[in-house]
Amino acid sequence: MIRFDEVSKRYEGGSEALSRVSFELADGEMAFLTGHSGAGKSTLMKLIILMERASQGQVFVGGTNLNRVSSRQIPHVRRNIGVVFQNHQLLFDRSVYDNVALPLTIAGYSPREVGRRVRAALSKVGLSDKEKKFPQSLSGGEQQRVGIARAVVNKPPLLLADEPTGNLDPELSQEIMNLFSQFNQVGVSLLIATHDLDLVKRMEKRELILRQGRLASLETS
Amino acid sequence: MSGTRSHSVRNQSVKSQSVKNQGATTSITRRSDKLSAWAAHHRRVALETLHQLLANPFSSTMTWLVIGVALGLPAILFVVLQNVAEISGDWGGKPRMSLYLKSEVTLDLGRSFSAEIERRVDIDRAVFISSDDALREFQNRSGFGEVLSTLERNPLPHVIEVIPLSPDPLDLSSLVSVWEEHELVERVSVDLKWLERLFALLVFAERLVTALASVLALGVMLVMGNTIRLAIENRRQEIEVVKLVGGTDAFVRRPFLYLGFWYGLGGAIVALLLLWLSLFLLSSPVEQLAQSYRNDFALHGPGFLGALLLLVTGALLGTLGAILAVSRHLADIEPQ
Repeated sequence: MIRFDEVSKRYEGGSEALSRVSFELADGEMAFLTGHSGAGKSTLMKLIILMERASQGQVFVGGTNLNRVSSRQIPHVRRNIGVVFQNHQLLFDRSVYDNVALPLTIAGYSPREVGRRVRAALSKVGLSDKEKKFPQSLSGGEQQRVGIARAVVNKPPLLLADEPTGNLDPELSQEIMNLFSQFNQVGVSLLIATHDLDLVKRMEKRELILRQGRLASLETS
Repeated sequence: MSGTRSHSVRNQSVKSQSVKNQGATTSITRRSDKLSAWAAHHRRVALETLHQLLANPFSSTMTWLVIGVALGLPAILFVVLQNVAEISGDWGGKPRMSLYLKSEVTLDLGRSFSAEIERRVDIDRAVFISSDDALREFQNRSGFGEVLSTLERNPLPHVIEVIPLSPDPLDLSSLVSVWEEHELVERVSVDLKWLERLFALLVFAERLVTALASVLALGVMLVMGNTIRLAIENRRQEIEVVKLVGGTDAFVRRPFLYLGFWYGLGGAIVALLLLWLSLFLLSSPVEQLAQSYRNDFALHGPGFLGALLLLVTGALLGTLGAILAVSRHLADIEPQ
């Protein structure tokens, strides 16, 4: 699903965020990406959704070499990847329904199809009764679940999550992780960046550890 | 989202996934569906942006007024100019020359000379006015009737009023020089200078209004550009999110282009109202003025086509300004 081939990323100013990182995430696999802040977790995520480009090496997502993707094609790559952000990235002037519908509207689904899929996604994350609410009126955990519903509404084969439980208490964090596991069980590949090591241990999945831009080890449970 | 079916569908899509594949895994493959969804999205964005504008009536109205004044001023000038050109078309199109015949010319000779003139190909009409007719009219009109009736002899000559076909001052002056030499003609009178000046003035005014309109059109686009730039700034986060979940540039651009369209169209409506108001205020004094010249002239409005042209121009300028602003500022906004 994801393959990194000797990937390095240097930012202007010389600091190297990633150096010669190689790993593979198999189709349908769920793995965690851990490491201290500044270890390069976000950079690695950004390379996958083409917010950044690799300085060296090659990144493959679903068989596509991202080096060969022109900036015009970036949106179409992103539509195959669901992304969950630590700060949700919800639009606060739109209802929960409209927030979740956004990727579908962008991809050009008919309104009927949009309605069907949005309701399915909301019921999956347990927010069926909140579709008319606005994000401000929801709790942090609920907002994050809206973000997850938006990430999976398009049924992407790959889901990325950047510190999805960063602001949540342990109980809610576990709930979110269980949700991710459920997606994984129906075949979605997941890569979750987190510094919540206890949670990672409990989930018993592969762990990719970044230390100062290098992949330290590949632990398999 | 559940069960083995979606699992297998997903895996297939993983294998066949390519950049061109727009990420649709299931039912959205039919082109007509896609097209109608696209049209529906356009409709929705158009209505949403209009709704946004109406939800902030104060700032929207300010922008509409600015654009309305900038469009309305040249529109008013154009319409006034058209009216002036029409009047001068009535006068300048048929300039009259008066041939004052020598006093010894007899009535019959004058009449046949007049008929001869009218047969010329470059003459529209020639009207013979005998000295007696001229005196009668002068008595009736001038109010000097009493004084004139005391004269023993009619002091007026026979006159031929000539209306040439061509209003061109050059043709007129060549006609004048022909008749000034004629043995029956005492004097030729035509106010060529006045006509020349009017024509020159009209050409000048037309250029001036065109230049003014161009400058103001540029102004409209700049105002639009700035307004759209602010709108883009205000929706920065939304743009980032849309780009993150796979929105194309066209998708991100669309609401701002519609914003420009509505601003431009609304501004043009304001301009049209200003135009009608000005014409309404001008029409009664102008008609009074025209009546004092024994003319039944009335101010003409822009007409249906003119109004339509103004609306289209406004909408076009608004959209163009938005395109400028969007191409300039939207690329800067990338998710961080």
